[in-house]
Amino acid sequence: MTAQTIIQSLASGLLMGLLYGLIAVGLALIFGLMDVVNFAHGEFLMIAMYVSFFLFTFFAIDPLLSAPLVAAALFVFGAVVYLLIVRFAMRAKANAGMVQIFSTFGLAIVMRGLAQFFFTPDYRSVPHSWLGGKTISIAGVFLPEPQLMGALVSILAFAGLYFFIHRTDFGRALEATREDPGAVALVGIDKNRVFALGWGLGAALVGLAGAIMASFFYIYPDVGASFALIAYVTVALGGFGSVFGAFAGGIIVGLVEATTALVLPPSLKSVGIYAVYLLVVFIRPRGLFGSM
Amino acid sequence: MDKDFAARRRRDLIIAAVLTALAALAPLFIKDVYVQNILILTLMYAALSQSWNILSGYCGQISLGHALYFGIGAYTTELLFTKFGVLPWFGMLAGGTVAAAIAMGLGYPFFRLRGHYFVIATIVIAEIGLLLFQNWEWAGAAMGITIPVRGDSWLKFQFMRSKLPYFYFALVLCSLAWFVTWWLEDSKWGFWWRAVKDNPEAAESLGVVVFNSKMGAAAVSAFLVAIGGAFYAQFLAYIDPESVMGFQFSLLMALPAVLGGIGTLWGPVLGAAILIPMTELTRSYIGGSGRGVDLIVYGTLIVLISLALPQGLVSLFSRAKRKGATR
Repeated sequence: MTAQTIIQSLASGLLMGLLYGLIAVGLALIFGLMDVVNFAHGEFLMIAMYVSFFLFTFFAIDPLLSAPLVAAALFVFGAVVYLLIVRFAMRAKANAGMVQIFSTFGLAIVMRGLAQFFFTPDYRSVPHSWLGGKTISIAGVFLPEPQLMGALVSILAFAGLYFFIHRTDFGRALEATREDPGAVALVGIDKNRVFALGWGLGAALVGLAGAIMASFFYIYPDVGASFALIAYVTVALGGFGSVFGAFAGGIIVGLVEATTALVLPPSLKSVGIYAVYLLVVFIRPRGLFGSM
Repeated sequence: MDKDFAARRRRDLIIAAVLTALAALAPLFIKDVYVQNILILTLMYAALSQSWNILSGYCGQISLGHALYFGIGAYTTELLFTKFGVLPWFGMLAGGTVAAAIAMGLGYPFFRLRGHYFVIATIVIAEIGLLLFQNWEWAGAAMGITIPVRGDSWLKFQFMRSKLPYFYFALVLCSLAWFVTWWLEDSKWGFWWRAVKDNPEAAESLGVVVFNSKMGAAAVSAFLVAIGGAFYAQFLAYIDPESVMGFQFSLLMALPAVLGGIGTLWGPVLGAAILIPMTELTRSYIGGSGRGVDLIVYGTLIVLISLALPQGLVSLFSRAKRKGATR
């Protein structure tokens, strides 16, 4: 194992990690806002990839250009899911945690079934996208352009989200609702609207990730499952509810995965991530940046 | 109040005995192998869900990683059988013991975690188990183990000619899991578990040993689930990591209890009686096309029932009788 190989895999790990962060950040936002874990998060990603794929196939829009459209579509989808399902799940007085877990799990199963029904279980990919298959080399380290773009989008999206939460009225409403959903009603903030927008925003972020991934990853109905588990681990590692934690968690997860792949067979590369997750939560049961 | 409780428990026991007797007679009328197969799976999932319910329902520690214990039960039995010729009956007990030991070993770090952190830790540990077994050459790696045919006997727990012995074993397992739950419900453990579930801090201050009672629940729950895994391995005569330790088992164990009524005595049985035949029938009648219709139906029902009846289907019965009071 040369220094070159190590640097190369750490660089790839960092790029992948930024993408994991982007996938996880929406999950963290929703959790921070209302204490709900979306167990259909992976299926949100899957839908985003399909939307990007169809925009390419039917309208020849490159995934890079369609990313904002996919994000917008997922925004609407996220808000609708909140209004149709999550809103009711949150009203449950008995077994509240269970109801949230299983209503979103049920949704995930339905979404996977619908994807199989309409799109068949076939593996699809976006051929000849602008960046697909291209790499650039910096000081002998090869970086695939789609992943590089993903990392860039991830950093921009995170900066945008940070600005949005801390500098806009809606961001402040989000923050206020998070701190005291009861009190905000007194100042005229509609809790349901804030939550719906929060779900929309969370889904839009995973939509961006899906659009970017469409140019370098196979698209099939079960694609979300493995990414979802990584996203939960990422969020828990960073600390549930911490948007910054999810971002940092993503980078850690990407680097750990790359390092594991250097020493263990590729089929075991996720074991490193899981082991680090367990180690972190055993030392800090609230995750790295989690408060509460 | 106490008198009501005692009367209710006696009534539950009588109902269970009658149902078991009726189920034992069922094969006299049901000769169709396909239907028998569904009955066996229903009984098995009822047993698994009942066992899962002990830790997750009564004690409130939601586990979505019980597939680990199911797989441990299956693998311990079959590795002992194929590599050392140990009879599955002993393998089954060994599997249960190993699973209970692992559950308690994991309990030390895990029971400090709260809420979603605990749920995700259970998913993660089961996933690690799956990956390790997929890469463990001696245990057959991803190819798994084919269980050799050694005859048709209760001694070797293998039956070629008929599915009925499997049916009766599944019935005994289901009754056992139910009876253990029934027995524990009124024991010191049962009261501790409910206290831990409702409010761990208050329970602690009242002298409940929160940690130990979680450990007890985890051990009993894992032991029974592993027995189920051992049974499933003998029943299928073939195991591989995905088919005994996959995430779907963790879900399939939880769902009957969730639909029937979590933390209740009858919830898992009722849930399994509805869910498993429905799953099997949708799979064979509309799922065969591989077009996902079964998933759509199944998922929609999960969403609707969990939203409409958060306390599960048993709440329909208790609501009529006791004005919405839950056990």
